[in-house]
Amino acid sequence: MSEKASAKKPALHGRYGEWWQTAPSFGWLLFFFAVPTVLIIIMSFRPAGDYGGFAKGWSLKAWIELGHPSYPMIVWRTIWLSLVATVICIGMGLPVGYLLGRAEPKFRAVLLLLVVVPFWTNFLIRVYAWKVLLHPAGFLRHFLISIGVIGDDTLLLYNEWAVLLVMVYAYVPFAILPIYAAAEKFDFSLMDAARDLGASSIQAFWLVFVPGVQRGLMAAVVMVLIPSLGSYVIPELVGGPAGEMIGNKIAQRVFVDRNWPHAAALATLLMLVTLLPVAFAYLQGRRESVPSGEKKGGRP
Amino acid sequence: MTLARSRHPYATFATALALVFLYFPILVLVLNSFNASRYGATWEGWSFQWYRILFSAHSRDIWEALQRSVIVATFASVVSMVLGTGAAWVLHRYRTRLQQAHFGLIYLPIVAPDVLMGISLAIFFVALDVERNLTAITVAHITFCMSYVSLAVLSRLQDFDLSIVDAARDLGANRWKAVWLVIVPLLAPGILAGGLLAFTLSIDDFVITFFVKGVGSDTLPLKIYGMTKHTKEMPVINALSTLLLTFTFAIVWWVQRLPRARAGAA
Repeated sequence: MSEKASAKKPALHGRYGEWWQTAPSFGWLLFFFAVPTVLIIIMSFRPAGDYGGFAKGWSLKAWIELGHPSYPMIVWRTIWLSLVATVICIGMGLPVGYLLGRAEPKFRAVLLLLVVVPFWTNFLIRVYAWKVLLHPAGFLRHFLISIGVIGDDTLLLYNEWAVLLVMVYAYVPFAILPIYAAAEKFDFSLMDAARDLGASSIQAFWLVFVPGVQRGLMAAVVMVLIPSLGSYVIPELVGGPAGEMIGNKIAQRVFVDRNWPHAAALATLLMLVTLLPVAFAYLQGRRESVPSGEKKGGRP
Repeated sequence: MTLARSRHPYATFATALALVFLYFPILVLVLNSFNASRYGATWEGWSFQWYRILFSAHSRDIWEALQRSVIVATFASVVSMVLGTGAAWVLHRYRTRLQQAHFGLIYLPIVAPDVLMGISLAIFFVALDVERNLTAITVAHITFCMSYVSLAVLSRLQDFDLSIVDAARDLGANRWKAVWLVIVPLLAPGILAGGLLAFTLSIDDFVITFFVKGVGSDTLPLKIYGMTKHTKEMPVINALSTLLLTFTFAIVWWVQRLPRARAGAA
């Protein structure tokens, strides 16, 4: 492709054509994405203002305050909930992606539609639907108590498990779609070959299919892990104080105490935590040097 | 396809479970919207009262919020389509250092958590002292939507033969004619898919809007969020959600049918 692009006679631009054509999108993202992000990092080294906001000068106070005993727990909760949610989403995405890849076109279209529709439904409404379902006065809790699965005093809502459940619910389409995108290109005759050579279907699935859709898996991990780490709405609605994550703390610092440097330090911390998987996926993608549009495979 | 006769029993079973999981809460919500009970704990008979409240003067602000959401999403998706398509074009056309940085700038907003974009834009807007009205919200939405359009158009460009642009130029088309009559029509499916995605993301966005918005510019997700805080209004949200769901189903069904209908006509 690059040979074509660098052909001697450019068709659409003058000497500075590339700059002019790049300027609008580059400029926009530089101004509204890169600059505000850098601003946040700088803000975390400012002292907090007496009446909210921030003051002049430099200070490490916001970072030192992150040492408060409640924070390591919240950071740890954010990480483990996100990791477990990712593992469960991949576990659900694999068989669904596999079936989507193998199904006849007509059945596949219907199935794909069924997977996508909840994804097209307002996010807040989907989270809210669980809040109703898990509500202390809701029928699900009454039902579970009546069949003796949980005790009278067990609450389904406002704990870490509720957050995990709803995170899996909200993000599982992000896992299914990239796995399906990879499964669609997977040569399923390889599995028949494996079975002819004596592998069981389970072995063929794990040893042939799963490595075969590796790139889709990578995309799925990133697509689920990142929004999980940055969750705000889910813990806010179903987590209660026992299910708080970094995102909730950021919002509290912004809206409740209006302590910007503190919020900025938390945001920078979240940035660092999420940057790791992104950098990994990005380098992986560059190494495979696939055409840029494809490796995200993720959202439709 | 029945479970017993399926060639992939495990995968079929797991998929069936996943679908039950995906639709169970939605189903309960829809049923509850017709439930006479205020708390939805027990079934107290059919009722349309929540729909009646939804369409009464009492709920006027819900419809105003919906109107704002549609306005923001329309502007955000149109601007994203223009900026995103331009970005995809140069990314595809040139392989330079500049484009590597450009691609990084396009890619990062997709993977950045909403909370981060929300707080950084909020603080940025406050620092610039701009009024945090619908325009500010639209600017924020364009920022997270245009990358998706770029990627959709980029994947369309993958099988795009650049030499037809040269052909058009050789045949006497000027620069703008080549763009309008050759490139844009060929990229249209990618641009539209990206635009549709941008519209959905924009109309669905809660977190970024929540951080960026000022007083009195609640979009629909913000209005819904406000309502979830009051148990009294819960059943009205159920009714609203059911209507939105029906609408989504109708749109998705229509969009899915589109290419088939066109193929049939050709």
